[in-house]
Amino acid sequence: MDARRESEPTSPRTTVARKSERELVVTRTFNAPARLVFEAWSRPELFKQWWVPKSLGMTLRSCEMDVRTGGKYRLSFGDGMDFFGRYLEVVPNSRIVWTNEEGGENGSVTTVTLEEKGGKTLLVMSELYPSKEALDAAGTGAADAMHESFAQLDELLATLR
Amino acid sequence: MVQYTQTHFDASFAALSDVTRRGVLEQLARADASITDLAEKFDMTLTGMKKHVGVLEQAGLVTTEKIGRVRTCKLGVCRLEEEAAWIERYRQLWDARFNALDNVLEQLKRKEKADGRKKRK
Repeated sequence: MDARRESEPTSPRTTVARKSERELVVTRTFNAPARLVFEAWSRPELFKQWWVPKSLGMTLRSCEMDVRTGGKYRLSFGDGMDFFGRYLEVVPNSRIVWTNEEGGENGSVTTVTLEEKGGKTLLVMSELYPSKEALDAAGTGAADAMHESFAQLDELLATLR
Repeated sequence: MVQYTQTHFDASFAALSDVTRRGVLEQLARADASITDLAEKFDMTLTGMKKHVGVLEQAGLVTTEKIGRVRTCKLGVCRLEEEAAWIERYRQLWDARFNALDNVLEQLKRKEKADGRKKRK
């Protein structure tokens, strides 16, 4: 809408900032229009291709998602490891808000907003936890789990060298 | 955060530059100990040992807890450093996802181009 060319708002790299005691914000710019980013986020067969990147050494057993306000989703890795919740708000091509209910009372609410500019899309993802303690606990837990994944990745990379 | 981390590394290196403090860390790696125990073991005054432990604590290498009249020291990790580490791992996870998403978007763009003339739903 704005005719003036503003300086590029962000670098394409993924950034993460702890915006407050209970909120993390991730940003990334994609070289594609917002409707395609939304499509990749709302069609299970596409979502599956990137949400669990090969480097994580894990595969999704099933991925059910009904991406509309009030719809539900469930991602299963098997071994009882499931991620599930509800979409609180879905505005096609611009906004998706969902709960992360596997964390119980300490689960976060994730908000993704897409902002298109000159054919590129700035994605801002906020993870809002109910308390500072919940965010800290999730961080430590996720860090442990992720540490394992990255250790596997390190091993894999070592064999490729 | 970056600035803090820098300061924090400086504090860690300063803490490790002293032979007694390195000895204290070695000792605590074997078992937790009170300041009195440590002072005895290293043949120092209580005040002197308190000072060393204070430096280690500042650097986030040691944590202390006072139970009754005894202050127990144990090896500890600085919480801020821990947080920086898990936020970085969280960033790496999303970075890996988003790099994969770039590929999906390229596929979609190519497909749209190929379907260019077809009516969009």
